Amino acid sequence: MATAVITPERENYLNQEYGIRSWLLTTDHKRIALLYLVSITFFFFIGGFFALLIRLELLTPAGDLVQADTYNKLFTMHGMVMVFFFLIPSIPAVLGNFLVPLMIGAKDLAFPRINLLSWYLYIIAGILMLHCICTGGVDTGWTFYTPFSTAFSNTKVVEAGIAIFIAGFSSILTGLNFVVTIHRMRAPGMTWSRLPLFIWAHYATSVIQLLGTPVLAITLLLVVFERVFHLGIFDPTRGGDPLLFQHLFWFYSHPAVYIMILPAMAVESEVVACFTRKRIFGYKFVAMSSIAIAVFGFLVWAHHMFVAGISLYSALIFSALSYLVAVPSAIKVFNWTATMYKGSITFTTPMLYAFGFIGLFTMGGLTGLFLAALGIDVHVTDTYFIIAHFHYIMVGGAVMGYLGGLHFWWPKISGRMYPEWLGKFAALIVFLGFNLTFFPQFILGYMGMPRRYWQYPPEFQVLNVLSTAGSTILAVGYVLPMVYFLWSMRYGKLADDNPWGAAGLEWQTTSPPPTFNFDVPPVVTWEAYNYEEIPAPAEEVSVER
Amino acid sequence: MFDNLPLWPARASAGAGNVDALYIFLLLLSGFMCIAIFTMIIVFALRYRRQPGRVAEQIEGSTALEITWSVVPLGIFMIIFVWGAFIFFQERTPPRDATEIYVVAKQWMWKLEHVEGQREINELHVPVGRDVKMIMTSQDVIHSFYVPAFRIKQDVLPGRYTTAWFRATKPGVYHLFCAEYCGSQHSGMIGQVVVMEPAQYQAWLSGGNTSGSLASNGESIFQQLGCVTCHRSDTQGRGPNLVGIFGKPVLLEDGRTVVADENYVRESILSPSAKVVKGFKPIMPVFQGLVSEEQLTELVAYVKSLSAPGAAGAKVQESKVQ
Repeated sequence: MATAVITPERENYLNQEYGIRSWLLTTDHKRIALLYLVSITFFFFIGGFFALLIRLELLTPAGDLVQADTYNKLFTMHGMVMVFFFLIPSIPAVLGNFLVPLMIGAKDLAFPRINLLSWYLYIIAGILMLHCICTGGVDTGWTFYTPFSTAFSNTKVVEAGIAIFIAGFSSILTGLNFVVTIHRMRAPGMTWSRLPLFIWAHYATSVIQLLGTPVLAITLLLVVFERVFHLGIFDPTRGGDPLLFQHLFWFYSHPAVYIMILPAMAVESEVVACFTRKRIFGYKFVAMSSIAIAVFGFLVWAHHMFVAGISLYSALIFSALSYLVAVPSAIKVFNWTATMYKGSITFTTPMLYAFGFIGLFTMGGLTGLFLAALGIDVHVTDTYFIIAHFHYIMVGGAVMGYLGGLHFWWPKISGRMYPEWLGKFAALIVFLGFNLTFFPQFILGYMGMPRRYWQYPPEFQVLNVLSTAGSTILAVGYVLPMVYFLWSMRYGKLADDNPWGAAGLEWQTTSPPPTFNFDVPPVVTWEAYNYEEIPAPAEEVSVER
Repeated sequence: MFDNLPLWPARASAGAGNVDALYIFLLLLSGFMCIAIFTMIIVFALRYRRQPGRVAEQIEGSTALEITWSVVPLGIFMIIFVWGAFIFFQERTPPRDATEIYVVAKQWMWKLEHVEGQREINELHVPVGRDVKMIMTSQDVIHSFYVPAFRIKQDVLPGRYTTAWFRATKPGVYHLFCAEYCGSQHSGMIGQVVVMEPAQYQAWLSGGNTSGSLASNGESIFQQLGCVTCHRSDTQGRGPNLVGIFGKPVLLEDGRTVVADENYVRESILSPSAKVVKGFKPIMPVFQGLVSEEQLTELVAYVKSLSAPGAAGAKVQESKVQ
């Protein structure tokens, strides 16, 4: 069985069964991960297409490419698709789904059928969203602010709300599955203190998904009820309170930021450890900082509402608490940096994404300090400053993490290597394109350009042109990996079981893994990141060619 | 300093400099942090790159370091928090004698009313050096009053009043933006703030067409709607006497006490039974839907004028406050 020569015919999760039925009815977490990969990639490019149209419209100060109403729908649907149909499922549902059982030495997730159900829920939600987009779309902004969404918008608010409501259940079920799996299905010897940091961060993410998402579901339901049955919940003319909506919405949607970024931090820890060939500096602190982020993340929602009409004193409290949540994020950045000290560092594609992640996440985090400062938030909230800030976190952080993770585990997922030089080239393009797109927006924001503007005063044009130019470069950087990943599935060099010489149980099984993950159930007798015991791959170039 | 930097917004209010100062401090701090972290990463990456014979040194971690890089940033964060809170506190506490301007936002225009009776649309004229307080409400969805040159922004909500204030320091014409997405023409809901020298401003005030001051218009609505039959200016009315009550605490039927501010007066007109004054019966009819936002602001201005210095009955209390 375990011979040095790997033949493509060897039985694995990909070739065990063929045919569309074997995919649509699978309960294998690895196949479900691939189903998610294909579906979220589809939505990523739809959301990206909207983003490009937005940037093209903003090339000139006048509203000339599309109508105002179309523009409003574009940024709304860009946000909804990217947040609910790409970012939230991205790393957990693809990489998490694939890796959580492998990393803890389990055969599958605790509830394989519920796992499949969560994908079907996602697909139903996705089809509903697509139907909504194709039959007129929605224009409330992804935030659904009331009373605009419940009493004034003439677009398909109810349909979009129901789509996101259903997508939320997909997210809840994934979180539930991970929590139970991590508690109950760890291999013998895989104690909590031996868990890879990837698992710790996914555990924290799952807790947020479980506790936060139901609140979003309830909130959207209330919006639908008010819109359809004219109940007075948020609309002041019917006795409702529009601020109540914002409290409920951000109670989920602020922690949702951590649903997006924690898994990217999870990837970061694995990649940095592997390519410095070191145990992560301060393992316990990095693990606990994930939990701290999940807990503090629930206590800061009203920092989205400093100018919304909340009282002076609640603004003070939420500002102070927001600084608390910044500490565990800072701890992570310092520990990753310290891990590099006295390492043996190789500059592979995943590591380039990891460097990019630290840089962009640091800038996103630091600009968060600006926004948490009350006096500054008043000026820059609802401007391009905040657009730039959250794109540094959610694209610079979460998407860089996702792409880095895909490159890192692609050999395990597909059993093939991608062309390393192209990978590095794309990583560089993404990094440059990203900064050119979003850095000018910080300046625009402080100058005072409000967000969600279809037309704008001419003094803002130069920076908008730069930003649009950057977005076209960024688009190239995103299309490239899709092309060479597809290419590699047929023509890529066959991957070794452990091409990077990485620690972690997922690298001890074959590439791609068999359906039940391990031929012999593993027993763990070592700590995580035992790089001193694992030989590095002979030459960096062995990965290339 | 920093008055005509490129890529920097005009600075035309008393509070703008404070915001800029904290912003510059944060820029320097973040710049320093970025350079420090990026330098370390680059140095480590080059110095410890993989080379023949190099073996990574396994380091468990260091509790002392972890505590240091948690506590020191937290300390710095608290400085930023206090500084930011201090600015915010000033932004949210208008001076007592500020000139009031009523703002009614609607899809997609700003309607501004001076107490003297001037009405403007998408344009606000104010003099240099005077404290101006805006009392704002919306007729439909949430809007946001944003003047970048003053560094102020405040959401404008339907169904209640929110306030913002500024003291312009430099004559000029500045953007007034709606900063909260409000529908199709959100980006068209922009206007300008014209800051004038006091003499010019006086000329502008007297030149404009007015239809009476806000309070006098409010008084005639007060008569028309028959409010005056119950809210008499003696103690015989079936409703409370409104003279001198504005800004004062009011004891309610249920034992609570509220301050009679703009929002309270507004609520008492639209849904009178919500907070009934002690000693009175909930007999007042509901005016929700019967008065427009503009009429409401005029009524509020009228009730307020009954408590202004110089108004009958208000003199005694006012002198006590001062």
